[in-house]
Amino acid sequence: MQITVATVEHIAKLARLSLTADEKPTFASQMGAILEYVETLKELNTDGVVPTSHAVPMENAFREDMVTPSIGVEKALANAPFRAGSFYLVPKVIE
Amino acid sequence: MNIFDLTVHELSDKLQTRQISAVEAADALLARSEALNPSLNSYITITRDQALADARQADERIAAGTATRLTGIPIALKDIFLTEGIRTTCASRILDTFIPPYSATSYEKLKAAGVTLLGKLNQDEFAMGSSNESSAYGVCRNPWDTSCIPGGSSGGSAVAIAARQATATLGTDTGGSIRQPASHCGCVGLKPTYGRVSRYGVIAYASSLDQVGPMTRDVTDCAIMLEAIAGYDPKDSTSVDTPVPDYQAGLAGGVAGLKIGLPVEYFRHALSPDVQKAMDDAIATYRSLGAEFVDVSLPHTDYAVASYYLIATAEASSNLARYEGVRFGHRSESAENLIDMMTRSRSEGFGTEVKRRIMLGTYALSSGYYDAYYVKAQKVRTLIMNDFINAFNEVDLLLTPVAPTPAFKIGEKINDPLQMYLSDIFTIPVNLAGTCAMSLPAGVSGSSLPIGVQLIGKPFGESTLLRAGYAFEQATGWHTRKAEL
Repeated sequence: MQITVATVEHIAKLARLSLTADEKPTFASQMGAILEYVETLKELNTDGVVPTSHAVPMENAFREDMVTPSIGVEKALANAPFRAGSFYLVPKVIE
Repeated sequence: MNIFDLTVHELSDKLQTRQISAVEAADALLARSEALNPSLNSYITITRDQALADARQADERIAAGTATRLTGIPIALKDIFLTEGIRTTCASRILDTFIPPYSATSYEKLKAAGVTLLGKLNQDEFAMGSSNESSAYGVCRNPWDTSCIPGGSSGGSAVAIAARQATATLGTDTGGSIRQPASHCGCVGLKPTYGRVSRYGVIAYASSLDQVGPMTRDVTDCAIMLEAIAGYDPKDSTSVDTPVPDYQAGLAGGVAGLKIGLPVEYFRHALSPDVQKAMDDAIATYRSLGAEFVDVSLPHTDYAVASYYLIATAEASSNLARYEGVRFGHRSESAENLIDMMTRSRSEGFGTEVKRRIMLGTYALSSGYYDAYYVKAQKVRTLIMNDFINAFNEVDLLLTPVAPTPAFKIGEKINDPLQMYLSDIFTIPVNLAGTCAMSLPAGVSGSSLPIGVQLIGKPFGESTLLRAGYAFEQATGWHTRKAEL
């Protein structure tokens, strides 16, 4: 299956990745080969087959609505690359 | 006798009877791990201080008479398990300095049982790979032949067992990541039924397929470890609330009268002569032990890899969206705005295989392709699950190869991702079906590399799997073969 560099660039944008000039054609040909391989699924008639999202059938998992201890602000923010007080710091979003 | 050669159950007996102290055991395994790490690269982090502190506590507990079977046993974890206060990288540059604020439930359970933590083991980056070559910390090497891959993604977990650098380890298995390295390194590796072990605190790759499991020297150790980590966890809504059996109790029950299926589709693939021989020998062994063999059909086997690489990459692209440089992980310093910051942080932090899988998954989920790829793959997953349900109406277990070949050379498949993916053909269907399976040492190649065979059990049929595995190792002794190091 033909995957163009333009398609790779579009998908990279959706995935929030920027690829190097070398990576783009390599990914295009490798993704093309992999997608051609997965095309074999089309040989199977799956009309009326229910898709499986989980191997073990389960219902919604509910719990009691109880307040329990949580890890707290300090621990939660300990790995933040940039912070200000009890907030995460990010580049300016609104001009 | 070397302490590092002992199994969990042997060492446990010596700890409880005070022939060896937990500190002596920790010292022996730490020394071995540190001495071999420069050549094998099995550990990303060795936690010497933690190990000695754990061991001192274990000795106190043994003295106080409150020890469990695992108290003082030196273990190591794949670096995908969160360990509070101990660096956890998932073998990715993006988590190079990440110190988790909490621990995985499986580690909490082992800690409560009193284990000694030796360190965090090498793996493929975010568990994406079959060779351990995608690790940001360099490839980990097979102790039987250091020019060969150890398998992946739990490569370090297998190497640490084979090289006697840990008495037991934990790995994770999304498409074969416990069983394939266990096979290539000559250890026992069990992927439990989906839902049997909590995934809480395990860094997610493909959430509907990921499962935690033990890697050990023998089947008894595997039973001890599984029993310790299994069970319902309110923090993982996909863990299943069924009682955990006493896995050790039935080990010696034998296989007389067990009906074992041979999936005909698995033997249409080109197997290396060494793998074929290991399979033939395993069948002969089980026959001599009184098991009965029948051919079964898993008609959709040839579609499993395609289905898996759509479902797993789609889930991965979603799971890995959390690495955005805001809350934790690498943050690019050179960004102009928020989107640019996220894009640069991810591009600098992720390795090539991770990027490739995110790209494939994003493609499969993108507008216009969702039904044709992702939903189609999920429908095929249903057909594959039904294959197993039908087969298990006829038989108690399935016996198959783990991988089509013994461990391949480092670099051999690195430029051909599709060939790499296809090496998982015999392990992937089990994850799609959500059932349990185990790799057992079962032979040796012409160049002295270990070869495993795979037993596949019914959902929550781990007891039968372990019983059949125990019978096999008692009859063959393959698990006692040691790598010369």
